[in-house]
Amino acid sequence: MKTVFTRTATLKDCPTHYCPGCGHGIAHRLIAEAIDELGIRGRTIGIAPVGCAVLAYDYLDVDMIEVAHGRAPAVATGMKRTNPDKIIFSYQGDGDLAAIGTAEIIHAAHRAEQLTVVFINNAVFGMTGGQMAPTTVLGQVTATTQKGREAIGEGYPLQICELLAVLPGAIYIERCSVYNPAQVRKTKKAIKHAFELQVNGAEGLSLVEVLSPCPTYWRMTPAKAMEWIEKEMTKTFPLGCLKSFELTK
Amino acid sequence: MTSNDFYEEVIIAGFGGQGIILAGKALAQTAMKAGKEVTHMPSYGAEVRGGTSNCMVVIADEPIASPLVSQPNSVIVMNKASLNKFAGRIKSGGLLVMNSSLIDNKPELANTIEVLAVPADDIAAELGNPKAANMVALGAYLQKRQIFSPDAAAESLPDVLAKRYHKTLPVNTEALRRGGQFAKK
Amino acid sequence: MCGNEALAEAAIIAGVDAYFGYPITPQNEITAYMSKRMPEEGRVFVQSESELAAINMVFGASATGKRTMTTSSSPGISLMQEGISYLSGAELPAVVVNVMRGGPGLGNIAPSQGDYFQATRGGGHGDYRTITLGPSSVQELADCMSLAFDLADQYRMTVVVLADGFLGQMMEPVVLDKKPRRKLPPKDWALTGAEGREQNIVRSLWLGEGVLEELNYKLQAKYEQVQKNEVICEEYEVDDAEIVVVAYGIAARIVRSAVNKAREEGIKAGWIRPITLWPFPTKQINRAAEELRIFLTVEMSCGQMVEDVKLAVAGKAPVLFYGRAGGSVPSVDEVLERIRQLTIPANKQKVKSKK
Repeated sequence: MKTVFTRTATLKDCPTHYCPGCGHGIAHRLIAEAIDELGIRGRTIGIAPVGCAVLAYDYLDVDMIEVAHGRAPAVATGMKRTNPDKIIFSYQGDGDLAAIGTAEIIHAAHRAEQLTVVFINNAVFGMTGGQMAPTTVLGQVTATTQKGREAIGEGYPLQICELLAVLPGAIYIERCSVYNPAQVRKTKKAIKHAFELQVNGAEGLSLVEVLSPCPTYWRMTPAKAMEWIEKEMTKTFPLGCLKSFELTK
Repeated sequence: MTSNDFYEEVIIAGFGGQGIILAGKALAQTAMKAGKEVTHMPSYGAEVRGGTSNCMVVIADEPIASPLVSQPNSVIVMNKASLNKFAGRIKSGGLLVMNSSLIDNKPELANTIEVLAVPADDIAAELGNPKAANMVALGAYLQKRQIFSPDAAAESLPDVLAKRYHKTLPVNTEALRRGGQFAKK
Repeated sequence: MCGNEALAEAAIIAGVDAYFGYPITPQNEITAYMSKRMPEEGRVFVQSESELAAINMVFGASATGKRTMTTSSSPGISLMQEGISYLSGAELPAVVVNVMRGGPGLGNIAPSQGDYFQATRGGGHGDYRTITLGPSSVQELADCMSLAFDLADQYRMTVVVLADGFLGQMMEPVVLDKKPRRKLPPKDWALTGAEGREQNIVRSLWLGEGVLEELNYKLQAKYEQVQKNEVICEEYEVDDAEIVVVAYGIAARIVRSAVNKAREEGIKAGWIRPITLWPFPTKQINRAAEELRIFLTVEMSCGQMVEDVKLAVAGKAPVLFYGRAGGSVPSVDEVLERIRQLTIPANKQKVKSKK
């Protein structure tokens, strides 16, 4: 029998703790595939955030560290500056990167740190019970915006990619999603490219934002959640490459 | 520590920009090169120009315990405010060197305290660099105290003066000497 | 050299691979010095966007096995407490220099010893300790840098060098030389890429039942070793003393002068100077308290170390306190006057009967 699909080496052979229909599992797999395809497992160090993905090191078989909430880009800076030959990536959610860690991500980009950042945006705080995230869309009901998020008083959804794209030190910024197989493939390509840039010593920060479903706290079925990303979430967070960087071959 | 050991506590004070800290560093460096124990403690503040500035220098034969000077043997003051603040703290039998170019009043001090009024700004202006007034005062102090010569201080200047100011070494050396000559009179 | 520059150069000699810091008075000479010297040595200097970022950069560099440090002053050290707690949980070595200034809040920029509690009790959340060194001269400040890195690596702990604005700004002659490194365990836990081995994970989250408790006991066992092996303190004329003055850092220099003067006046005074503030020289002080002496603790705070002195004396002798706060420095005469007052026979009896 011919094998047509298999687990990639860097993804550990174990069930995850994620809820059914969660997007983290897909994102983990895409990162693992990118690492294996680029052959960099032995020199990659990953940074797990505070949030649902805090245990990412249980699933990704590379050297990994778990850091304080939002501080991943600073930790990554300390690692990369002292180990320029290593490939450093951070995996951060919207609370981690867009709320408590806003200063760290902006300054890492601003210093043109050679890092790869995978930013999972599911418009809600998952781990703490579905509270409003900076990326919660207007009108969205969460545990702390029970009448739906209002711009005045609760703030507008924070568009991280648009914010970072204006910084010269951010060289590659792309927003993707995983709501259908075609989008998953696009996301894979983007994540791989973000790693490739670092492998090739491109001078600056790469960030891929992934619009990812949280069926549990969106109070939807997994299928409905995917549909909601496509129909609703992309209105606030349009997909596409905001800043590209081509490697000269 | 026996009381016969050499122990000199100095406060140098003025306003920011008068080179107070530099004068203190030059004194400390000179003492260190002469093999003495020494501490130098600058006041440090948010001010860079203007404001008040002072430093404490302790020079001794034996290791120095407290680098904090409350009752100095000697005080060098470069402006009126510093005179008012520090002159009263001088130990009996001590020395006050004051910049008479900027201080016109005669301080009311116990007659055990020797007062040397040096027109430091005027002498420095004659030398073509008003900023060298600090070195004029330091030269006068050194001559009066007879611990180290003004020339010895001039030799330690390259160590404490930032490289970009090394072009001022000749005028500062001359200022130290002129201060010394003034004190001899 | 001023204390700040001396400690920076001493850190370079001790082999610091990376320095991360954010400017704050009165320690700005360190950041400026490092920005010039670290690149000259081919090592890493980053001016971070905050102290929070600086300590996390230290966290990152340390996790990869590098010798790394940051420096700051009181308000900045408060911001770093999160990172120090994580460093302690993850058992990563780090050196943090606190050039203390007056507090609380923004306080002022004058020298202070008001962060003793913060440094010796851990400072951040959770059950942990940081080794705390309290040097009292520019030479000792420089010397304790290599010790700090060795202790950090040996015990996988954060070592806090507790200086103050006075020490940082003061100039004294200093000899900088390379000290032999202790024999240190290999950093086989470091994140270096999992080439040819299983993955290494650096973490401080332990959700499994009882796992975190086990970790805490392991940490405590380590801390006991530090308390057993690493106490350093200095004593002077304690044997015949009727009053023993306890002070650390720059306050100890002032105390030394005051005690010298008291001896000249015929007062039997001595001093004890803790150099490691944690581990605290509890045994040494307790031994000194066997004789019924008066203990006077002098600090540039409203009384923090005095609590450790009381714990060490354990009720055997009276422990009194003299301090100046908010950036003020006690003078030699003030301390001498306290010594005189406490040793007047009538007062001595009063103090001893009240103990």
